[in-house]
Amino acid sequence: MQPTSLEQLEEEEAKDSFDVDVAVTNPEKVGDGMNAYMAYKVSTRSSLPMFRSKTFSVRRRFSDFLGLYEKLSVKQSLHGCIVPPPPEKSVVGMTKVKVGMDDPSSVEFVERRRAALERYIQRVVSHPSLLQDPDVREFLERDDLPRAVNTQALSGAGFLKMINKASDAVNKMTIKMNESDTWFEDKFQEVENEEQQLRKLHALVDSLVNHRKELCGNTAVFAKSMAMLGNSEDNTALSRALSQLAEVEDKMEQLHQEQAASDFFIFAELLADYIRLLGAVRGCFDQRMRAWQRWQEAQSTLQKKREAEAKLLWANKPEKLQQAKEEITEWEARVTQYERDFDRIGMTVRKEVLRFEKEKAKDFKSQIIKYLEAMLQSQQRLIKFWEAFLPEAKAIA
Amino acid sequence: MRSVSVDLNNDASLLIDIPDALCERDKVKFTVHTKTTLSTFQKPEFSVPRQHEDFIWLHDTLVETEDYAGLIIPPAPPKPDFESPREKMHKLGEGEATMTKEEYAKMKQELEAEYLAVFKKTVQVHEIFLQRLSSHPMLSKDRNFQIFLEYDQDLSVRRKNAKEMFGGFFKNMVKSADEVLISGIKEVDDFFEQEKTFLLDYYSKIKDSTAKAEKMTRSHKNIADDYIHISATLNSISADDSTKVEGRVASDQELKLTELLRYYMRDIQAAKDLLYRRARALADYENSNKALDKARLKSKDIPQAEEHQQQCLHKFDKLSESGKRELTGFKGRRVVAFRKNLIEMAELEIKHAKVSNIMTGSHAERYSYFGTWSGDIYFN
Repeated sequence: MQPTSLEQLEEEEAKDSFDVDVAVTNPEKVGDGMNAYMAYKVSTRSSLPMFRSKTFSVRRRFSDFLGLYEKLSVKQSLHGCIVPPPPEKSVVGMTKVKVGMDDPSSVEFVERRRAALERYIQRVVSHPSLLQDPDVREFLERDDLPRAVNTQALSGAGFLKMINKASDAVNKMTIKMNESDTWFEDKFQEVENEEQQLRKLHALVDSLVNHRKELCGNTAVFAKSMAMLGNSEDNTALSRALSQLAEVEDKMEQLHQEQAASDFFIFAELLADYIRLLGAVRGCFDQRMRAWQRWQEAQSTLQKKREAEAKLLWANKPEKLQQAKEEITEWEARVTQYERDFDRIGMTVRKEVLRFEKEKAKDFKSQIIKYLEAMLQSQQRLIKFWEAFLPEAKAIA
Repeated sequence: MRSVSVDLNNDASLLIDIPDALCERDKVKFTVHTKTTLSTFQKPEFSVPRQHEDFIWLHDTLVETEDYAGLIIPPAPPKPDFESPREKMHKLGEGEATMTKEEYAKMKQELEAEYLAVFKKTVQVHEIFLQRLSSHPMLSKDRNFQIFLEYDQDLSVRRKNAKEMFGGFFKNMVKSADEVLISGIKEVDDFFEQEKTFLLDYYSKIKDSTAKAEKMTRSHKNIADDYIHISATLNSISADDSTKVEGRVASDQELKLTELLRYYMRDIQAAKDLLYRRARALADYENSNKALDKARLKSKDIPQAEEHQQQCLHKFDKLSESGKRELTGFKGRRVVAFRKNLIEMAELEIKHAKVSNIMTGSHAERYSYFGTWSGDIYFN
């Protein structure tokens, strides 16, 4: 099979267009106590003929999403594809929700999860190969989905452990690949560097979110203190000004809250998603290496079989010779097959990485713009608050 | 910062400022510069080096001067506190190996700015102390004040002598008995009754507000630091500008609001001290009355008791008269200072928000049109 040129791959990329929109909404608690779970509404809107109707929805739980990933990640046909990884499992967060706590941190946890699940499934359906997959269609359409089992190993630490184990296996390979085309090596290095940078950045943004939350608390407390001071003040105009200042600080606290949410949901989660996605990208490269390894091992087995056949020619054992010839034919076919597989995966990986980079650029751009626009709004409100306060300060006599 | 205490240093007969200062390890050496038309000084213009301890000596001698019992003695400047930037410097040294060159340079810049801010703040607070003295009709004439300004030798010898003389005895006595005294005294004068109630309440509230404002400022500083690290990692212009704005918001708020609250907290303590002294004088007077009655009953030592009672009454009246004047002036000063600071703070907030609004807007526009964000950072 002739490898298509890079330009041809890029052209193919541009032709792919989509008309599928999936939303994850309405988290609802089902059941009580430790067996309770959250069910989400998964609504699909599409004009594609492959679906049963233009709009439809189903109810899914977290383990269903994990189960979908499990099914997709083991499919041979999808090797080389960047299968988006699902959001992380969280025992602590979920336990609080199960136990029925309605505190703001539980509410935030559910919202965080809902948003993450939505991004996950949207990424899945945006992928041309994955969209065609029957498991994906079933996930979106089927009313009663059989419960996914054994989803323990798959999210968060489990997922990364799996990727890293595969990487180790590749590194331990004794036969080093001789790349005629340095594209794969270079790209892999880029991906590793990028992942490192994102991890660093994510830790910093996390710190920013925490400090901003601290600022919220401190501002609220300060506002109350200002109000008390205003009450104590015996100069009437100054007293009123101090009370007004307390109100402005209260509004500032609100602004800081919103900014913290923006920092987190727009910025931090974006980084977390891409750290996981880059792990998935690394996974594809590893799959290609394993395909190569399999091909090499088959070649060396074939070689051994040929040597064995040569020995048998001298030994004059007709049945054994026949068997040897059959084995050689079998392994020749395997070698051809594995070589084809390796080429195919290589092409898939290139195509996938190209697509990934485009999607990533688009994603980051839209999120950054969203972040900046939220900041803009926040700043404008801040200006209004202080402009309203200024005459009060000037009125002090 | 000057706006915390307005109307200072505009009497040409005695102008004082601190034009520069040196920082050696933990010690700050202030250059106190005086320009005067008064004949009580030997020269019309001169400068002397002074340490923080010298300011404390001056303050303490004023507090312990009987003649000034009816005055609000300006609060002593707090000790220069380089704890925060020093901690940062330590962290910077430890983390140098793990930081990028850019990150390190940025943090170093922030660190230097913080050192400078602390430095500026301590110079100003020492300067204001002296200017409060020079603008007070009675205190500006104080002999020790003159020595402080003029004496061109090291003051540490005098400081040691003063300690031996007073031994902090007076001060200790003041602190322990006062709270009980001031609440227990039966006030004869409406003005002082109201002042007492007001000052006690206001003090506790402003102390609380000062602490909360400091916490808030610290949070802003933490966020500024985060932006520095983020911008260094990100190499994106928008985060860079945010750094400067966040940092500036932190230090402007500090200067205007926190310093204002901090200063008046200390000033109100000084006003309270005046009330304590007057309350003690009243107690002394009441005791002298009882003593006189006892003397009359026993028909013994009546003239001495009469004289003592007259002295106490005189002292109490003097304190009340002077105290009333001081407290009224203080009230006016406080309101004016608050007004000035609150206006300036509001104006600064608006200014900064408008600037960062423009910057954010232009960045949003740029990303909408170009948006090759990933290209910028990763493959540099």
